[in-house]
Amino acid sequence: MTFSITWAVTRRVLTQLRRDPRTMAMLLAVPCLLLALLKWMFHRSDAMFDFVGPPLLAMFPFIVMFLVASVTTLRERASGTLERLLSMPMGKLDLILGYALAFAAVALVQALVAVSLTVGWLGLQIAGSVVTLTVVAVLDAVVGTTLGLFVSAFAQTEFQAVQFMPAVVIPQILLCGLFVPRADLPGFLSGVSDVLPLSYAVDAMQRLQTSPGMSAGLVQDIAVVSGFIVAGIALGAATLRRRTP
Amino acid sequence: MMNSTAVDVSDLHVRRGGVDVIPGLSTAVRSGEITGLLGPSGCGKTTLLRSIIGLQRLSAGTVTVLGVPAGSPSLRHRVSYVTQHTSVYGDLSVRENVRFFASVLSAGAGAVEEVMTTVRLDDVAEHRVDRLSGGQQSRVSLAVALLGDPEVLVLDEPTVGLDPVLRHQLWDMFKQLAADGRTIVVSSHVMDEASRCDRLLLMREGLLIADDAPKALLERTATSDVESAFLALVGALEVR
Repeated sequence: MTFSITWAVTRRVLTQLRRDPRTMAMLLAVPCLLLALLKWMFHRSDAMFDFVGPPLLAMFPFIVMFLVASVTTLRERASGTLERLLSMPMGKLDLILGYALAFAAVALVQALVAVSLTVGWLGLQIAGSVVTLTVVAVLDAVVGTTLGLFVSAFAQTEFQAVQFMPAVVIPQILLCGLFVPRADLPGFLSGVSDVLPLSYAVDAMQRLQTSPGMSAGLVQDIAVVSGFIVAGIALGAATLRRRTP
Repeated sequence: MMNSTAVDVSDLHVRRGGVDVIPGLSTAVRSGEITGLLGPSGCGKTTLLRSIIGLQRLSAGTVTVLGVPAGSPSLRHRVSYVTQHTSVYGDLSVRENVRFFASVLSAGAGAVEEVMTTVRLDDVAEHRVDRLSGGQQSRVSLAVALLGDPEVLVLDEPTVGLDPVLRHQLWDMFKQLAADGRTIVVSSHVMDEASRCDRLLLMREGLLIADDAPKALLERTATSDVESAFLALVGALEVR
């Protein structure tokens, strides 16, 4: 791994995103609009908004970043630039990490905007710290990114990549504990839920909503989500093939 | 360096999806020469070039480049590749593209300006690549391939879709690069480009049907152009 090459990838991806204001606007605005919609839906009950707000603050950026990440690497494949880069002294980890860092920067801005909106303007009440809420939101978006980078190795076309969204993301939404508390899931499903990143992301958000301070459970959730990020980057780099059929 | 072997392909087999794309091919490319790889579209040219770069999964055989196995990490600075696609970022400017690839290759800022001058793109350096003409885009790709002074350049149909004037300019540039001691392997399906090569590999259905200097090839087949020579060789194969 070479830091200067990783950084070159990050800078290039950010420049490309800047050239595409519509994508940038969607990345930043869509999670906010969805949260505003949620507030409007629950106009009769602030308690209900406080209950579903934090988990969805984890979920929306996760989904959006997953989609963007899984498609951008395919663009790189289709344009021939991936093949060219792999014939150069480009480490596989450099490329994946470079992408992850660029999207993490976007995730940071996205989380700052979304948290300011929900806490500042939509009046979301949480027991925990708003700073921690922001950190967890960023980590959730980054875990979505790394998962997207990883699955894009298994897609040959954009059509296939988009199909990974219902296949990989929706089961996580269903099993994350928002619809049915994870403890009430049947044994097998509870086990599945235990190995999915979004479960820990939502769990962290629910803890922040109900209890003040940094509990051991919250620290553990954050550690697990961070672990998924590292694993996603490592797997993404490992599944990238220089030699292809 | 002259006349030593830059690329050695020995008994190369590539099988893809149950089809023998290259069913056993051997050849050697000499240093400092322009070797033209010619044949109809779909005959396995790109597969052979990708094998030389080390991006192709081989079924059997070996490919050696500059004395080491193709695709070795030590070759990634010494061999450059222009794919059939433009292989640059359309949403970045010419300079941003060249600068990005230069940082991947650890080539300095001087190299960035130098290669843009070589392919005569200075005046559009700040333009977005996807707003340039097809010919200009090919030259951006070529500029990237020239970064870091590679010893071997592998170019997959770099002149496809270009107007004749530009094609001539590019071939003049290839000549200059070879004169400077670089080895060039260039594929084309335009037979009239063949006369500009030092050596020709004619390919059909994954096999080499000729491996010779253009002049010798024409003499041997008693023809006056490479297209006729190609037809004569295919005819002779089918009679046999």
